[in-house]
Amino acid sequence: MSTNQIAVPSGHKLETFLLNSIIPIIFLVLSAGAIYLSGYSAPYVIQEMFTRLGRNLFLILALLIPIMAGMGLNFGMVLGAMAGQIALILVVDWAVVGLPGLMLTAIISIPIAIVSGILCGLVLNRAKGSEMVTSLILGFFAKGIYDLTVLYGMGSIIPISSPDLVLSRGFGIRNAVSLIETRGALDQMIMLNIKGIQIPLGTYLIIALFALLIVWFRRTKLGQDMRAVSQSMTVAQAAGINVDRTRLIAIVISTVLAGFGQIIYLQNMGTLSTYNSQDQAGMYAIAALLVGGASVTRATLVNAVVGVLLFHILFFSAPMAGKAIAGKAEIGEYFRVFVAYGVIAAALVLHAWRRRRGEALAARMASAQQAQAEGGTA
Amino acid sequence: MNIKSMIEAAGWPRIIIALFLLFLFLVAPLVDVKISTSVSDTIVRFGRNGVMVLAMVPMIRSGCGLNFGLPLGIIGGILGILISVELELTGMSGFLTALVLGVGFGAVLGWGYGILLNMVKGDEMMIATYVGFSSVAFMSMAWLMLPFKSKAMIWSFGGSGLRTTISMDNYWTNILSDFLSFRFFGQIFPTGMILFFAFMCFLVWLFFRTQTGQAMSAVGQNPDFARASGVNVDKMRIQSVILSTMIGAVGIIVYAQSYGFVQLYLAPLFMAFPAVAAVLLGGASLGRVSIVHVLVGTFLFQGILTMTPSVINSAMSMDISEVIRLIVSNGMIIYALTRRVKEVR
Repeated sequence: MSTNQIAVPSGHKLETFLLNSIIPIIFLVLSAGAIYLSGYSAPYVIQEMFTRLGRNLFLILALLIPIMAGMGLNFGMVLGAMAGQIALILVVDWAVVGLPGLMLTAIISIPIAIVSGILCGLVLNRAKGSEMVTSLILGFFAKGIYDLTVLYGMGSIIPISSPDLVLSRGFGIRNAVSLIETRGALDQMIMLNIKGIQIPLGTYLIIALFALLIVWFRRTKLGQDMRAVSQSMTVAQAAGINVDRTRLIAIVISTVLAGFGQIIYLQNMGTLSTYNSQDQAGMYAIAALLVGGASVTRATLVNAVVGVLLFHILFFSAPMAGKAIAGKAEIGEYFRVFVAYGVIAAALVLHAWRRRRGEALAARMASAQQAQAEGGTA
Repeated sequence: MNIKSMIEAAGWPRIIIALFLLFLFLVAPLVDVKISTSVSDTIVRFGRNGVMVLAMVPMIRSGCGLNFGLPLGIIGGILGILISVELELTGMSGFLTALVLGVGFGAVLGWGYGILLNMVKGDEMMIATYVGFSSVAFMSMAWLMLPFKSKAMIWSFGGSGLRTTISMDNYWTNILSDFLSFRFFGQIFPTGMILFFAFMCFLVWLFFRTQTGQAMSAVGQNPDFARASGVNVDKMRIQSVILSTMIGAVGIIVYAQSYGFVQLYLAPLFMAFPAVAAVLLGGASLGRVSIVHVLVGTFLFQGILTMTPSVINSAMSMDISEVIRLIVSNGMIIYALTRRVKEVR
């Protein structure tokens, strides 16, 4: 939004830079401290960084387009993650394994993600101005529908034959689904090994491809429309842009990408936690993006990469660091939950506060101009 | 025409849920669910959860939106309970100490929360949600480190850190519920708890009849007009948040005495959503709320939660209470959020 880009006198450039990157700077310090306290060795930390970059980055890409369309952080991305999970369960049941299985999963997830994305977009178009809270609640609502489908529908209405998947009562999917047959299918496609550190180049290439697509998309007519909508819906509407349709498409793209992202995440993890995986996907992706210095109105690929690294370093070293400080690993575990929620809270507060300050400034400038004009005529 | 306007006044979701609840009560005997147990459970849960639903009222009244930050009040109440248990106070004195301390902590937390919400006008709900979430996570660390010593509360091994669930049995379980309770069709009626809930409702009702209460409602209806007539808008909003948070603290204490346990760590994380959903189900919207909405909403919501699992369990032998809770409560909140735009237009 325009109010966020107030012209700053040149002497304040450093100050503005620091203010804008305050969250990444804090996390750099926190992560460095956590690594030091955890006592993990350098090769281990580097290996984790490469693994987690491949595992999590794609999910964050799903958030970029709704931000571009001015719809804020799409908490509804969990709908896409659920679509990916449903597709994954089906493909595991059909016993299509390895890379072909993964591709089939991605293809099956698309229609499910499109349908849920359209529903999500329609609801969000009825809640303009409070998209984030609505998409958050929509995610919880969708969890109810997902549970109903997976816990009661699968094995009874939707045929699932594999006894490894179905609960012993005859329907419903087990709590944990092993993805042993597809595990690492994408990561292992092209695996570099540099001095004992494994780099999943295949996954990186896929991520890079989609990142390029997003960069290209920004320049298309539709991408420009989205940016216009984010500036002002009224102006965009007057310029002949179908605002509701543009917003709907942004959410559908986000949902489909989130589905792919979740599939990539799960093939790396190797286990699907049937009823919890999607919640974590949404929360950690959003927290990581914000840690990378993104705001509710502006997010770049750099924010995404920096965010994944900083957030996840802190994330995996927090339990050991907690043990080193207080003698209890649980402290570190709660600390990272706190960090994930806290950074989202902080970013939202910062955004709201800046917007209000911008509005107040604009109002003051307008009244000053008015006074000047009146003074001129008198 | 008359029926149509009646339906519109009540709102479709409320009618659907009420009919569904009625249907469940009618079907219950056919699938061998004892009506008396179901009704009694509904009443107990009505009293247990009611005060937390009441905690929505002041903030909606002053235009601060739905109180998704309820966990903050819950934390205040839990602190009160823990200190009262730590002091080995049992019976009524323990309960009252918890209440007084809880309300005190609630006031302090609510004050800070109110100041924050004044900084972010227009985005209150999203920020309230995440302030609630992050304070629950923060307090989880605190529960591990705070120097509580009572053997009833800390882990027996290790010697420090509070348990995830603390039993109130030796302190004041059912202290309200057992007051003047009587048997009714073989079930115990928790008179004291219902009376206490009614008393709390009366206090809130009374508050909104006072000058301060009227000013608070005026702020919610039209902040500019309220400011023009000399009301300090920011101060009123802070007061409403403090009030909501204090009532939330009382809410969890009432809940604990009926439930018999206090749950720590991540348990309070999602406690705001059922309370928000209940008040909306009762007919409240983002700009309008009354005590009647609280009463009707709590009854309908808890009724559904009690009846659905028992009926469906007996009929189809599966437990889908959790799923029903997710769908009904979040569906209700989405309905309210998407309706706001229409009202504004």
